Amino acid sequence: MSNPHESHGDVAPGDEIDPAEIPQAIGGYLIGLALATLLTCVSFYIAQSMLVWQPSIPIALSVLALAQMGVHLVFFLHITSGPDSVNNVMALAFGLLIVALLVFGSLWIMTHLDHNVMPMERMMQMQR
Amino acid sequence: MSALAENYQGAVAGGGHAQQLTEEPEHGPSKRIVVAYGFWIFLISDIILFAALFASYAVLTDATAGGPRGRDLFELPIVAFETACLLLSTVFCGIAGIGAQARRKGMYYGAMAATFVLGATFVAIELHEFATMIEAGAGPSRSAFLSAFFALIGCHGLHVSAGLLWLLTMMAQVYAKGFRADIQRRLLCFALFWHTLDIIWVALFSLVYLVGVAPR
Repeated sequence: MSNPHESHGDVAPGDEIDPAEIPQAIGGYLIGLALATLLTCVSFYIAQSMLVWQPSIPIALSVLALAQMGVHLVFFLHITSGPDSVNNVMALAFGLLIVALLVFGSLWIMTHLDHNVMPMERMMQMQR
Repeated sequence: MSALAENYQGAVAGGGHAQQLTEEPEHGPSKRIVVAYGFWIFLISDIILFAALFASYAVLTDATAGGPRGRDLFELPIVAFETACLLLSTVFCGIAGIGAQARRKGMYYGAMAATFVLGATFVAIELHEFATMIEAGAGPSRSAFLSAFFALIGCHGLHVSAGLLWLLTMMAQVYAKGFRADIQRRLLCFALFWHTLDIIWVALFSLVYLVGVAPR
């Protein structure tokens, strides 16, 4: 190893923080906290108010949730567009594909089944 | 893309041994980045698990078998308090990570303790919520909707409880072994786990509780 005085050779630059940089590092988390709080409050407000056209409330809540997840990914998990997290972003993109297939596929198939299958009461009436 | 190609070339140049790649920071990513990547893959599989539970919940929302619906059961002030607990605990978890990287023991222990208290409060409130619902006759055996609800929210609660145990373990490990490089990597994995649980909670409170009570 190039630094013989280090007992563990696997400490890369960026693993440690200079005490002078602590306020800056915490500041990043506080920005994330402010944005997440704002989005959460908007979500709770929209769900209970008459402000938004009511049939669109689930869509609005989904969009707000996605935005907040983005805030969490960037400010808390530090999944960014930097060179160190290319692999992480690729894995996340693949995971999101699976999640979308699972959720929307299930909903799509099951709603169609629901439409096409005769309600139980009517089937019982026909059997009589 | 370029980092991917470099990693691949580094692996080839290192004789194809991934082990060699991780121990030579000059030729590839540091071990810290490789460990975090591996744990991130696990977390994505966990997210897919929650997606499966969420899909079954979404399909079964209307299968109430004549029993109570979401808007009869969910109490938003409680959900708001749970959300605040988990959001604040995730920020304290990040601050604990900064404290560990700066090797400030007081900052690390204080922030970890705050994370624990907030997380434990979350679990306690959730258990109380479950107990109230079961007492009112709205337990998991009442309807398919409630089965899916308890499976989804209960799985998240179990993850948070496991995270609390892991948190205590990490405090004990730093106490016994100090801020060694391998302990730092475990801490990084714990922080990723805790932040991911909060991301999952964002989906749950928005799409289960808020959509559940929204007028339609």
